[in-house]
Amino acid sequence: MAVLSGGSAAFAQDASTTAEAVQTNLDNAFVLASAVLVIFMQAGFALVEAGLTRAKSVANIMMKNLMDFCAGAVAFFAVGYAIAFGAGNDYFGSSGWFLGDGAFQYGTLTVPVTFLFQVAFAATAATIVSGAMAERTKFKGYFIYSLVISALIYPVVVHWNWGGGWLANLATPFHDFAGSTMVHMTGGIAALMGAMVLGPRIGRYGPDGRPRAIPAHNIPFAVLGTFILLVGWYGFNPGSELAADGAIGGIAVTTTLAAASGAIAAMLTIWIKAGKPDVAMAANGMLAGLVGITAGTAAVSNVGALAIGTAAGVLVVASVLLFDRLHVDDPVGAISVHGVCGAFGTIAVGLFATEDTDFWSQGLLYGGGVGQLVSQVIGVVAVAVFVAVTAGLLFLAIKATVGLRVSEEEELAGLDVFEHGAPGYGPDVTPMVPAVPIAGAGTAPASGRL
Amino acid sequence: MVKLVTAVVKPQMLDAVKEGLRAVGVQGLTVTEVRGYGRQGGHTETYRGAEYVVDLVPKLRIEVLCPSENVGRVMEAIRAAAHTGKIGDGKVWVVDVEQLMRVRTGELGAEAT
Repeated sequence: MAVLSGGSAAFAQDASTTAEAVQTNLDNAFVLASAVLVIFMQAGFALVEAGLTRAKSVANIMMKNLMDFCAGAVAFFAVGYAIAFGAGNDYFGSSGWFLGDGAFQYGTLTVPVTFLFQVAFAATAATIVSGAMAERTKFKGYFIYSLVISALIYPVVVHWNWGGGWLANLATPFHDFAGSTMVHMTGGIAALMGAMVLGPRIGRYGPDGRPRAIPAHNIPFAVLGTFILLVGWYGFNPGSELAADGAIGGIAVTTTLAAASGAIAAMLTIWIKAGKPDVAMAANGMLAGLVGITAGTAAVSNVGALAIGTAAGVLVVASVLLFDRLHVDDPVGAISVHGVCGAFGTIAVGLFATEDTDFWSQGLLYGGGVGQLVSQVIGVVAVAVFVAVTAGLLFLAIKATVGLRVSEEEELAGLDVFEHGAPGYGPDVTPMVPAVPIAGAGTAPASGRL
Repeated sequence: MVKLVTAVVKPQMLDAVKEGLRAVGVQGLTVTEVRGYGRQGGHTETYRGAEYVVDLVPKLRIEVLCPSENVGRVMEAIRAAAHTGKIGDGKVWVVDVEQLMRVRTGELGAEAT
């Protein structure tokens, strides 16, 4: 095909008069625009994570988000894309290294468009983890993690399904339309491993072991970031149709309904539980609804989307409270939003898919039997175990070599100056925080632990 | 004789206190953002379903220099404006000022208030 060998200009000249050529160009333009929307989600993640953590480590969390995208782009270009989508076996692809010979292209899409859309997804999986590990992780250790997940862990998971591997070849194929499991649960499980290996932030639990809140430093950041993620999701889900066709509108609607119902359900749940409609939790609820609908966005009805979003909104609150109690300190709720609701949303396809198609089978609630449900559970369990083992070993290896957690003194002072040389907010904005902590001025004063 | 009247009040009462002081003829004051706690020892709030203690509550410290004969009116104006009847309304106290000078003119004592 001209697409593969020549440039797009030559391609357009050849065939611009045919309807297929117009459709091809439309597909490429749509998916490229969707990729850009998904890349914009990085800004949403950065703001959510910065907002929900403390001002003294805000530069660090921004830096992790910045480098997740950059490490992801380079690593996925070099090896990740080949492992994920290259020709290979059921478990591992191995062609198209550095986007060279044998690089994958999907349908009418060019190699560059296919790659850009997929690299945006890889970077999304990687950046989910930074929030769960916020305020206590050595930057060097985190950067190594970020390279490895985009180069190896995420691509292997993707190959199993989207790359034509064993999950795609089950008798009833596993179905994850836009990545509730592939992207979100992969990030969420890696986040769980990172948070567990790190341990909770100093002061997160009282002497009696009860969780104590460490309030957000900027709720407007968190809500703005959530809205940016919502907007980005219109690239994430409709874009995953990988063509500009009649399905994209319906996908956008199920996405919208799940987001809205997720936020409302989470707000009501925390309101009943804690007495007030917590803003950060409602924002988590919107993301939970979005993560939940991502697998079945093309397969479920609008009512199904409302049901999935509502359930994800309740589930995310219950999950945040549970992990709190288990002493897994996740400052932004990433494990619950992406891990738990990603698994739930994937399994929900086996319940809520309205009819049989070439890509999925009718769900249990519509009389379609348990076939799809079983495949969904198999996929979720397999990916969860694979990511838990590989990411867990990775974090333990980092901990044993370059180190994963900062010193107590650094954590109390904030990571910005120790890790990056300058505070996120300068001394003129935060006069109470010394710009340069005094080295050796003693570690944690007793009151600092409270 | 000059007195220094210092009040610690809820931040949201600042406008009412300023109005009240202006009404009794106070021409200048200084406001500082401070944090502290009193008998109640702060309070608890919830965030994402977990409790946290706000033990140092944000307050404003208002300082007024006035001739000693005005002290009663100034204290009452602050009290009336800052009063809600709820815990945390704050305090007002008065100390003697040994000497006071206006920097621009060099005036001393009550002349300088």
